[in-house]
Amino acid sequence: MNDVLGEAILALTPDSHPPLKIVMVGHVDHGKSTVIGRLFHDTGSLPEGKVEAIKAMCDRRGMPFEWAFLMDALKAERDQGITIDVSYIHFRTGQRECVLIDAPGHREFLKNMVSGAAQADAAVLVVDANEGVQEQTRRHAYLLHLLGIRQVVVAVNKMDLVGFDEGRFLTVTAEVKHYLADLGLDTLHTLIVPVSAREGDNVVTPSASMPWYDGPTLERSLDSLHPPPTSSDLPLRFPIQDVYKFDDRRILAGRIESGHLRVGDQLLFSPTNKTARVASIEVWNTDEPVLAARAGQSVGITLDEPIFIERGQVASQTFNAPMLTSVFRGRVFWLGHKPMLPGNRYKLKLNTAEHLVEVQEIERVVDVSDLGKSAADRVERNSVAEVVLRSRGLMSLDPFEVNLHTGRFVLVEDFDIVGGGLISMDGYADQRPGQVQKATNIFRVAHRVPTEDRWAANRHKSGILWMTGLSGAGKSTLAFTLEQYLFRKGYQVYVLDGDNVRHGLCADLGFSPEDRVENIRRVGQAAALFAHAGFLVITSFISPYRSDRDRVRALAPEDFHEIFIDADLEACEKRDPKGLYAKARRGEITDFTGISAPYERPILPEMRVDTTQHSVEDCVALLADYVTSRFGL
Amino acid sequence: MDSLNPFPSRKIGPTMDYLDVLEHRTIYILREAFNRIDRPAILWSLGKDSNAMLWMVRKAFFGYVPMPAVHIDTGKKFPEMYAFRERFAREWGLDLKVGGCPPVEEMDPTLPPAARSAARKTAGLKLMLEREKFGGLIAGIRRDEEGTRAKERVFSPRGEENKWDFRDQPPEFWDQFKTDFPPGTHLRVHPILHWTEIDIWRYIQREGIPVVDLYFAKNGKRYRSLGDQDITFPVDSTASTLDEIIAELKRTKVAERSGRAMDHESEDAFERLRADGYL
Repeated sequence: MNDVLGEAILALTPDSHPPLKIVMVGHVDHGKSTVIGRLFHDTGSLPEGKVEAIKAMCDRRGMPFEWAFLMDALKAERDQGITIDVSYIHFRTGQRECVLIDAPGHREFLKNMVSGAAQADAAVLVVDANEGVQEQTRRHAYLLHLLGIRQVVVAVNKMDLVGFDEGRFLTVTAEVKHYLADLGLDTLHTLIVPVSAREGDNVVTPSASMPWYDGPTLERSLDSLHPPPTSSDLPLRFPIQDVYKFDDRRILAGRIESGHLRVGDQLLFSPTNKTARVASIEVWNTDEPVLAARAGQSVGITLDEPIFIERGQVASQTFNAPMLTSVFRGRVFWLGHKPMLPGNRYKLKLNTAEHLVEVQEIERVVDVSDLGKSAADRVERNSVAEVVLRSRGLMSLDPFEVNLHTGRFVLVEDFDIVGGGLISMDGYADQRPGQVQKATNIFRVAHRVPTEDRWAANRHKSGILWMTGLSGAGKSTLAFTLEQYLFRKGYQVYVLDGDNVRHGLCADLGFSPEDRVENIRRVGQAAALFAHAGFLVITSFISPYRSDRDRVRALAPEDFHEIFIDADLEACEKRDPKGLYAKARRGEITDFTGISAPYERPILPEMRVDTTQHSVEDCVALLADYVTSRFGL
Repeated sequence: MDSLNPFPSRKIGPTMDYLDVLEHRTIYILREAFNRIDRPAILWSLGKDSNAMLWMVRKAFFGYVPMPAVHIDTGKKFPEMYAFRERFAREWGLDLKVGGCPPVEEMDPTLPPAARSAARKTAGLKLMLEREKFGGLIAGIRRDEEGTRAKERVFSPRGEENKWDFRDQPPEFWDQFKTDFPPGTHLRVHPILHWTEIDIWRYIQREGIPVVDLYFAKNGKRYRSLGDQDITFPVDSTASTLDEIIAELKRTKVAERSGRAMDHESEDAFERLRADGYL
């Protein structure tokens, strides 16, 4: 017997809009089923005789009419005894067709929720007027937020049990708004409706018992929701899904995730940084040529030049391109049976691209009931965490807050999707090679003094001792002490220090991720010049990003020596020679490495010096030995 | 300013309508299946849904059907269906593979009669899979057709013997599908899962997709759903045009598969069929 549902579906008239997909969530026993039952009944979405059947069933058991049975009965028929997974039930309000996505089950809630609710346009959060916001209320609201659902209608249910009291409603309203605001939701436009699903107040029929409420009913509130706006106004993101050559055309196929493209547009492909123009938009079975395409469309294009393109590349306009990075922060929800651990590797799927990523760090696990965060060394099934993921190659992506379509990913382990997450680039910089030479009429002129001759004159080789480490780890102290020692021994040696260059060479730069990248680029170039001039250069910069240090290494791969000045955050903070940690803790300095910006430890430094274990003298002695062995002639 | 309108074409107009949204998602899924599956094939039942799906295959692949079209033939279809198959296999340039089915006597005798008859199709499908070694099948089922189908995933892995484990399905969200499998796993892909019956008819009307005449009413009867002659029955209807079918569907109180006997013989007959690999 499927007629019940068939009927509910078929009684609807699809109009030009897709049905609004709604997910219903809330704490157990706050009356979700009753709200659904009442909504279906009062909107006339139920088949004839259904209510009578439930009434008879309740009479037989000598109990008052129970709306929740209606939902169970509908489901039982639909499910034929399987109540395992997500179901889709159509109904209609006065204004529009809706699909209720019902994700049952408490045990597997997260998996069901992401499979169903991830595609919802909006959610109804049911809260008991008597109990107010409870653990699952918070949990569900948090997950909705994480899944990108920004439209929430709150039904404060069981108003009959609190005597339809306005004061109680306002208290619960304030509670709910407080939590939603913490999540970053727009509470100004969140509709909060006092209802009694059991009595039918304010579900579809305006309540006579709550004359103080003049807002919309629950049904009218649903009518006020919108399908999510299309992403056509965002910058173009066209991830390549496949390349077809069924005939003499080479067609790049894919779905435009955001923005639009036109024939003749110059496209930039990431991460290869190649460009070409759109020669045509290919469409089968159409008379008129198609000249433009937009977000949501699965299209095919040809290019004017035969550049190498493969699945996973992302086409954009030449301006407003996606970010390129080998590292990002992810807020992940974890569905894996095995915990996520630092160092674990997973396959990351981001639109059509796949990358092998390693968990560099688990920063914190989020307690969704109070949004509290705590340090943890693992992420267990069904929990949410903030982690740092790193890949070998460059990934094209956007922060989730900028573009949800290209700012989210899933992780795969042993053939299974084990988690999903949203991308944040807080503290990380775009690694797109931006330092393109701006002037073009520049030629390199060969020196007539070979570097080897300079070495012979100085009686030592030249190179870069690149000291990296947290603020307060001891970089400057060691650098200047070592400089003094080596100078006395006859070395041509010079220190480039972070604080000093920021007074001149890099005076125009701040501490944003982009500025940090540029700072290190300039220092790297300067250090390479010194090294070329025969000097032993010692640099003393926090240089927190591995990618930046690697880039300097690439400038002078033979001469670069990464020296990790290692001291843990606690020790550095205790030393705090410049009082900076204290300021950062007070929030007076933003983007402070170790506190509010990341530090990426070197993986294979040429040398590591632990300043918490050795005195300054011992450290300098270790460094001097290293210099003698590597730079002596 | 009109000459600068970036969207001069109706097809790529400034807004996508309801059917466009459904269609473009289906095309995305079809392309994912084609890219991710080793040796895919598309199931062609000759019914309205698989015709609409094949139409979208041709849109997805720019006029081509770059994979075999499989018809599992129980030998008991309507003559009109066979005529339709021959004509459009030729017109659409299909690489058609017809698979036969074992006799009903070889089917599970504990199944009710119509379900037992329908089980032949599952057996025929298994024979075809063994013969052709398809890595995955693209099938035109829809969520609104029937309860167990409402729970399906777009990419639905099948274990040993093509069985469907509906109790432990992979998560599927943000259009990231399960596309990683141990060798030997067989996959079902459902590109029109999100369509409803009336959507399909409206799309058939908009696109001018051919369908078997049996869907149109003659002498007060028409078929809502096409299967084997002996276990499929027409419904009362006077809808003899696409407009009339769509109008009928807006008001009908009868379920789409009400004319399919095996759905209704016992409470769990259809679920048993599906768990065993029936579409």
